[in-house]
Amino acid sequence: MNWDRFFDIPSDLQHSWFGLIGLHLREALLPVLAGLVISLPLAQLCVRFRWLYPPVLWVTTVLYAVPSLAFFVLLIDYTGQTELTVMIPLTVYSLVVLVPAIVDGVRTVPQETLAAAKAMGFGPVRRYVQVQLPIAVPAIIAGLRVATVSSISLVSVGALIGNQGALGNMINDANIYNRPELALNAVLTMAVLAILADGALVAVRLLLTPWMPRRTSRRTTRKADRPDPAAAALEDAVR
Amino acid sequence: MNLFHFISDFFSNGAHWQGYDGIPTRVGEHIQYTVQALGIAALIALPVGLVTGHYGRGGNALAFIAVAGRALPTFGLLVLMTLLVGFGMVNVMTPLVILAVPPILVTTYEAMQSVDPSPVDAARGMGMGEFGVLFQVEVPAALPLILSGLRSAAIQIVSTATIAAYVALGGLGRYIVDGLYQRNYEKVVGGATLVAGLALVTLAIFWAAGRFAVSPGVRRRA
Repeated sequence: MNWDRFFDIPSDLQHSWFGLIGLHLREALLPVLAGLVISLPLAQLCVRFRWLYPPVLWVTTVLYAVPSLAFFVLLIDYTGQTELTVMIPLTVYSLVVLVPAIVDGVRTVPQETLAAAKAMGFGPVRRYVQVQLPIAVPAIIAGLRVATVSSISLVSVGALIGNQGALGNMINDANIYNRPELALNAVLTMAVLAILADGALVAVRLLLTPWMPRRTSRRTTRKADRPDPAAAALEDAVR
Repeated sequence: MNLFHFISDFFSNGAHWQGYDGIPTRVGEHIQYTVQALGIAALIALPVGLVTGHYGRGGNALAFIAVAGRALPTFGLLVLMTLLVGFGMVNVMTPLVILAVPPILVTTYEAMQSVDPSPVDAARGMGMGEFGVLFQVEVPAALPLILSGLRSAAIQIVSTATIAAYVALGGLGRYIVDGLYQRNYEKVVGGATLVAGLALVTLAIFWAAGRFAVSPGVRRRA
């Protein structure tokens, strides 16, 4: 481990450290965004037509089981050794977390609330946008957190298909040039990025849901609240 | 379609079924990595999740551990450990265990938290000790969720154990990594198919375990 060269980025990466971070965030976050855009209508369909939910879950689960490396390699045939080849699988992976998170979030909206909205003359679209979505925000954000954090760490595998892994390329270089400090730098940077992104999403949730209690911990208070939509249901998504 | 073409070519080639690089050997290695990593992760995460969930404390600490665990890139850890420690199983097991601990830990904790408190109180009222309450009341009731945590951990390990091949170990990743370097897509596709198949088998095993182990009363409610 040569600490002096911790930030000495090999020139074959063609980016500075900050450049790699920018690249990494783009490759990791765009897929999550795309996943959100796809899963919102998909989840709504699953809520509307109940029979659709199990098959959708199965398909996303099976797709998730395809190892990222294999997925990348298969796509090279179609999209070449580009960023897109990394971003498409990450988008698909994010679905397996986001769809169940949104479906469960929207389903936890109490019937009385929906009935009240209907009685106030809300049409289906308005009811969805102004009632169901806001109430589902905590669940959606919980899904986004898991998807974002895993996406940030998965981008690095893209290094194996020809330098499309942003910070992951540093790991590859560390291996080639036998410079462990580069791998350590990449691992730490990615971990910090992931934790920062996670914190940012928590902040977004606090901003979007000012009505939620700030702290829920004990069993008794939790039972009185709406059930915590997030974690359990998410892990159940089989990722 | 050329994807299915690759798949049938790969599996119909007799040479792929024999020897140290044959499908049975590689599948066996992959299963061995998976079972080992899942076993170690479960040994760490299950007791911690059960105890914290039972007492209802430490949820925030667990959530932080889970985020940190997910944030550490598996591939990076693998290369880092190989560079620092040298070749060996420890390098592969450590990242896989770190990958598998968060889902088991968080789900077990959440499962214990979501157990209906009234049967627990009733058990206490009947004079059951903490141990009895935990293992005879809470765990059976929380089992479906606990199993689902183990299942997602297992699926992740199955699909991620492929990277072991990058540091010259075996498993199904061999086909993907070697195929990639040899520009042999048939091999890559075959390897990916095998991994996906193994993941499906894992799902089936957990489904069967759920049918077998979860008490009918709990299953009906879930």
